[in-house]
Amino acid sequence: MTSDAAVRADPGLWPLRRRQAWQTIRMELLRNFSAWSSLRLLFLAFAPAFIIAAHAMKDRRCTLPEETVILGGIIQLYYVRFGVFFGCLAIFVRLVRGELAERTLHYLFLAPVRREVLVVSKFLAGALTTVTVFGAGILASFALMYVHFDAGHDFVLHGPGLAHLRAYLLVAALACLGYGAVFLAMSLLFKNPTVPAVVVLFWEVINGVLPVWLKRLSVTYYLKPLFPVELPIQGILGLFTVVAEPTPPWLAVTGLLVFTALVLAFACWRVRRLEVLYSSD
Amino acid sequence: MTAERAIVFDNVSKFYGEVLGINRVTLSLPPGVTGLVGPNGSGKTTLLNLMTGLIRPSRGQVSVLGMSPNDPEAFGQRVGYCTQVDAFPNGATARSFLQGWLRLSGLDRAEADRAAAEALERVGMSEAGDRKLAGYSKGMRQRIRLALALSHRPEVLVLDEPLNGLDPMARAESLALFQGLGREGLHVVVSSHILHEVDRICDHVVLLSHGYVVAEGQIHGVRGEVTEHPMQIFVRCDEAHRLAAGLLSETHVVEVKLHPDGKGLLVRTRDASAFHRLLNRVVLEAGLDLEALAPADDDVGAVYQYLIGSDTEAV
Repeated sequence: MTSDAAVRADPGLWPLRRRQAWQTIRMELLRNFSAWSSLRLLFLAFAPAFIIAAHAMKDRRCTLPEETVILGGIIQLYYVRFGVFFGCLAIFVRLVRGELAERTLHYLFLAPVRREVLVVSKFLAGALTTVTVFGAGILASFALMYVHFDAGHDFVLHGPGLAHLRAYLLVAALACLGYGAVFLAMSLLFKNPTVPAVVVLFWEVINGVLPVWLKRLSVTYYLKPLFPVELPIQGILGLFTVVAEPTPPWLAVTGLLVFTALVLAFACWRVRRLEVLYSSD
Repeated sequence: MTAERAIVFDNVSKFYGEVLGINRVTLSLPPGVTGLVGPNGSGKTTLLNLMTGLIRPSRGQVSVLGMSPNDPEAFGQRVGYCTQVDAFPNGATARSFLQGWLRLSGLDRAEADRAAAEALERVGMSEAGDRKLAGYSKGMRQRIRLALALSHRPEVLVLDEPLNGLDPMARAESLALFQGLGREGLHVVVSSHILHEVDRICDHVVLLSHGYVVAEGQIHGVRGEVTEHPMQIFVRCDEAHRLAAGLLSETHVVEVKLHPDGKGLLVRTRDASAFHRLLNRVVLEAGLDLEALAPADDDVGAVYQYLIGSDTEAV
């Protein structure tokens, strides 16, 4: 018997890593979409679309400004602060911590794959899952919001509607990346990430009242300047939706991507030190 | 033995918080079959997990064929580990599980399919390979874990209680397989509490107790070092009572028990070499007809009992 390491054709280090990454993504996507928990994700993503559809069927007296503000509110207050947050929590915490809970992580760690490749691939699979599902949810909500009245058609086909849609999809994608990286890193730090997740939620909620240097340590700080619609919320609640010191959109996008990359780098560093100790999990 | 050809533990300790896993273990395991023997909680699985990089030493260093477990790309190609953990990904069949793992290891689809089929064949699971793992018996799941450890043809095969749950036929086949791999020059490290099976296949043993290595080496050598327990030797000859009288003339022979049929002796001696010389002399001088001579406690079971004490799990 000879080792396959010796007889196997060497495809080169980076092609090999790409192949391994793709296989990890494939397995993870299969896991994400075949599990019962994917129904929860679909529910979170499409619940607003159902509600909008129900309204669209009954209520024919729509005005464009009103619908646009309602959709803006749904994206800003429901999707980013609730749907994407909890959807990402469910998906990204499960990537590594879930494998520990199911006692299958050792199979991955015993494979001839760098752990960093595993973590980055799992993150990409989580991002693909959440961006696809929430992107589809937002797309459905957007379509249902404007499809049923003439002014809505014009807004989408001849007005700034598609630009709004692009902005919403960008916000959702960045939210998935940012929260995903945070939850993945958290799952590598804590055995039970529920309490830290509540802390993150609280931090995101109070982000509006924090000084600027602390605001930068949150995902919503980078997302707020990207919303195409400002919500007409006055008083104390305005703190949670109004951008006090707006960041240019390009800087917001770059900032969030850098933030995601840094958190992901931390997750890679952390996973190298992770021990497979099922008895203590 | 150079480090490139051995599994080396250099003063390795592992603590789980304040709980000791293993302490100050220094070992160099050569190719062949090595048996890891010890009661529950003695540190066998800790040692195997350290060997395969699933956990890290609190102190000291582990290297396998000169590689560090911290370099998974090279390490995983040459090491296979059959753990005791009885869990598999949800919904997988044995074949899809093996194929997925092999593709993750870097094989393309065709190579992975071929290697998975070969591994299933090797553990006698070809026919059941397309059934869901969730419907398997414990023994079948154990065989799939073994197939996974073998599937990429590693040079080092680490097996944690690999015979658990197997029926007698599968046990015999697995033991023959391990022995065959050992003869081919692979490192096969087997932890087991079934001492007579370890004894049958192992060239080398490591005895663990409470996180410490109590003894290590070829079983005969280890037994020879247990001087506080005189060696037991069974002798059959035509006039056992005359032989007994002759043997008792020397001080290293501490006890002679006569077999009820009058044709056998169980001798306990502190010096096996001196005993064999004495036996030759007595047999020649008395003109006795010697039928058989065999060590009675030169096995893992006896060594285990002497060094670690009896344990209900050790059979």
